Amino acid sequence: MITETTSGNRGLQQAEPLIFETGHATGTGVDLPAPKGAKDRLGGLKRKAALDLPGLSEPETMRHFVRLSQKNYAIDLGLFPLGSCTMKHNPRLNERVARLEGFADLHPLQPTSTIQGALELMDDLAHWLCTLTGMPAVALSPKAGAHGEFAGMLAIKAALEARGEGEKRKRVLVPSSAHGTNPATAAAAGFTVDEIPGRADGRVHLDDVKAKLGSDVAAIMITNPNTCGLFEPEIRNIADAIHAAGAYLYCDGANFNAIVGKVRPGDLGVDAMHINLHKTFSTPHGGGGPGAGPTVLSEALAPFAPVPHIVKRADGSRVLVEHAEDDGEAFGRMCAFHGQMGMFTRALAYMMSHGSDGLRQVAEDAVLNANYLRARLKPHFSAPFGDRPCMHEVLLDDESIRPKGVETIDLAKALLDEGYHPFTTYFPLVVHGAMLIEPTETEPKRELDRFADVMIALAERVNAGDVQFFKQSPQLTPMRRLDDTRAARQPKLRWRRAGDDAARKAAE
Amino acid sequence: MRYLPLTESDREQMLGVIGTSSVDDLFVDVPKGALLKDVVDLPKAQGEIEVHRHLQRLSESNTPAGRTAFFLGAGAYRHHVPASVDHLIQRSEFLTAYTPYQPEIAQGTLQALYEFQSQVAQLLDMEVSNASMYDGSTACAEAAMMAARVTKRKKIVFSGGVHPHYVDTARTACEALGLEVVALPAAVDDEAAVMQNLGADVAAVVVQSPNVFGAITDLTGIGDAAHGAGALMVAAFTECVSFGLIEPAGAMGADIVCGEGQSIGNALNFGGPYVGLFATKEKYLRQMPGRVAGETVDADGKRGFVLTLSTREQHIRREKATSNICTNSGLCQLAWTIHMTLLGEKGLRQLAMLNHEKAIELADALASLKGAEVLTKRFFNEIAIRVPGSAQKIVDALADKGVIGGVAMSRLNAHAGMDDVLIACATEMNTDADIASYVDALKKVIA
Repeated sequence: MITETTSGNRGLQQAEPLIFETGHATGTGVDLPAPKGAKDRLGGLKRKAALDLPGLSEPETMRHFVRLSQKNYAIDLGLFPLGSCTMKHNPRLNERVARLEGFADLHPLQPTSTIQGALELMDDLAHWLCTLTGMPAVALSPKAGAHGEFAGMLAIKAALEARGEGEKRKRVLVPSSAHGTNPATAAAAGFTVDEIPGRADGRVHLDDVKAKLGSDVAAIMITNPNTCGLFEPEIRNIADAIHAAGAYLYCDGANFNAIVGKVRPGDLGVDAMHINLHKTFSTPHGGGGPGAGPTVLSEALAPFAPVPHIVKRADGSRVLVEHAEDDGEAFGRMCAFHGQMGMFTRALAYMMSHGSDGLRQVAEDAVLNANYLRARLKPHFSAPFGDRPCMHEVLLDDESIRPKGVETIDLAKALLDEGYHPFTTYFPLVVHGAMLIEPTETEPKRELDRFADVMIALAERVNAGDVQFFKQSPQLTPMRRLDDTRAARQPKLRWRRAGDDAARKAAE
Repeated sequence: MRYLPLTESDREQMLGVIGTSSVDDLFVDVPKGALLKDVVDLPKAQGEIEVHRHLQRLSESNTPAGRTAFFLGAGAYRHHVPASVDHLIQRSEFLTAYTPYQPEIAQGTLQALYEFQSQVAQLLDMEVSNASMYDGSTACAEAAMMAARVTKRKKIVFSGGVHPHYVDTARTACEALGLEVVALPAAVDDEAAVMQNLGADVAAVVVQSPNVFGAITDLTGIGDAAHGAGALMVAAFTECVSFGLIEPAGAMGADIVCGEGQSIGNALNFGGPYVGLFATKEKYLRQMPGRVAGETVDADGKRGFVLTLSTREQHIRREKATSNICTNSGLCQLAWTIHMTLLGEKGLRQLAMLNHEKAIELADALASLKGAEVLTKRFFNEIAIRVPGSAQKIVDALADKGVIGGVAMSRLNAHAGMDDVLIACATEMNTDADIASYVDALKKVIA
């Protein structure tokens, strides 16, 4: 077998240097009109600092980024069972409509007479989101899930301040199974975090919540379905207890895909919940973003929603309310403009395509797919939370393989060689060696079966004692295991010219 | 439904393997009565034809910028984005990838991030950049909060030249943390006022150049004064193309530089998604918010890239994280990097000069009008203009004549006392005919 090539390429896998190693200051892939040579109006502030940005012609640029793209895994290549991330198919109709001239070439500050269609689209989206969640209001502007959490927690804070309890209620309850964004958001909103410890069954218990309640509690942040892949059976009683204690219930809506069209969070006593449009409503993840995190709000919190928001006038036209100080109790502003319009368009196209019937089917198929994988994998792996059905993701752990020398990370890396993106590893933190598997509804049965077959074969390989195989995985990927420790200990976060690095070191 | 591959017989078989007869059995933990018996009250599924038709019709109720003589900036700018950019970012391997948590199969995203961070650092003349924020305004809010962590002080002073939406966004975030925000009155130039507000309790002064009035400022004096008082200088920006021509804040003593990257690679999109740029000094790295890619080697010793320094981040540090940010602006950041690669130093300098020349032409044309006064003397591609009467009314009247002439300052800040000021911008997209249309329409509107 060939192990090395002269070019460094491996068949279709092209070795590709940095643009800084191939581009140059005079290279360019654009042809712009020549400037006329006018005398500048910069008042002496013309750039003196070096720029040193490499340029490449269009064909070189195409090749560079196409070559890079071929080193990535993607949903369009195969199953992407990353728990808590809802990696489902991204319909291309949504890309097309987001690029319609009347949406893409629209400035956020144009006169309102020229943006009526955009405002109507936002109202339509709001109607779908409110109807699906059973909530009366939504703040559209948050730009991602964590930003939506922040909006929800600031609405809660504003509501507490409005009733004179802002100083008194500073404690927010967060189950230990929560996404890291929950405690980080609570802290960013000026609250202290009080953790509700995990239980052996992976659920939040009413008794544990009650034990923490007091007149200083502002809210609980609870994920439902939770990060262990389970619906919280006591959610209503928890909501009642929270409300009786004068606090609010924030729901992390990251897992809304499991219940969309089947259960309305508003029926469960939720006061605020963000919706990740890039999860449930399939706006593409794009290698890390952009997302969108509209936050639905209860009657109690709706008056405190941030600006901007849309008001429909008697004549049917729409205007924007853009100033918090003119808007009663609005808590402020989340971002410069109106939120992620490009994501709104995609999400609305997605929802219209599915319709009320299709969205309900989304939840059912997502839950069915996860339970099917659970049924197939359970005889071969350890499942920490017993025999109850899961929601749209199934949680396994490495308890059965760890004694044989193979951990979650090793199994994940072996999956890379099998051509899969692994499940979410080591999250939730409450389960040692967690493997959180979320297939989503857009996987056909044969893909689930193929994945299950691979997982089972790997489990058998563990049982056969082939530990070295796992420790040396992956072997077939564009890169082998990367050294995280080195990256963190000697951070090299940007390219520098060879001489610059040496000069900087000498200067230090 | 075209996006759902399971067939009825698949579903039956799968339920059999699970050992149950109905999918509702899987929802057993949902409290009684909360499981909906029927579909919610919304329209039923539709095909591509119907959905496209509906959204096309909605889009046609808008007036796209390109169908007007367009002079609006103030935080979002209409530039030409080469066709190859949008093609490349729609490649499945970029578009439908996740955050690169498995670096062995995400080197494409990770190398592009590393190139982005390098380009941003070069452009802004700063030492390190993160892997992007949501947009310029939220990057600015994060910078203010970071300054408070670095200095362990609680007061943030905003220049009256900072975009009012940035101030409002930062105020919302900072006040939630118990920080004090001092927003100075709107002013084309308030260097003296910023310096007067420095004190031993100030964590940072936040300045912007080019500012919301388009004015460019030598920030060296403010930077020196801030450092003398133990504060940081945070420099915001809304138009990153400017740094192809003007001295970047990094070369004038800024400790954190943050702002909007939309101008490069990204369409107007009615305000989002955009891409926040965020750069700082190496010594403040551990306080920086957001993801960052770093170079390392793999098991065979080959160069590769990973997400690193994650002990700052929420998924590790939880309530002690430097920020709650998780999802950022990945694909917009990629578009930025591709466009910047196409431009290169040569193209960027040329683009910036073209913008400046167009703005000079616009400024001179408007200054020649009786009743209009150009307030911004040193500028890049944006200027503030005093008009007779309400700027908002004038902007609306211009729109009726097919000219988007800018934004009234009163729309950005209702209490600036600048109801007669409008902010206009010119880019390489504007033709001589556009400028003639603007002058002609404004002449009629003022009269």
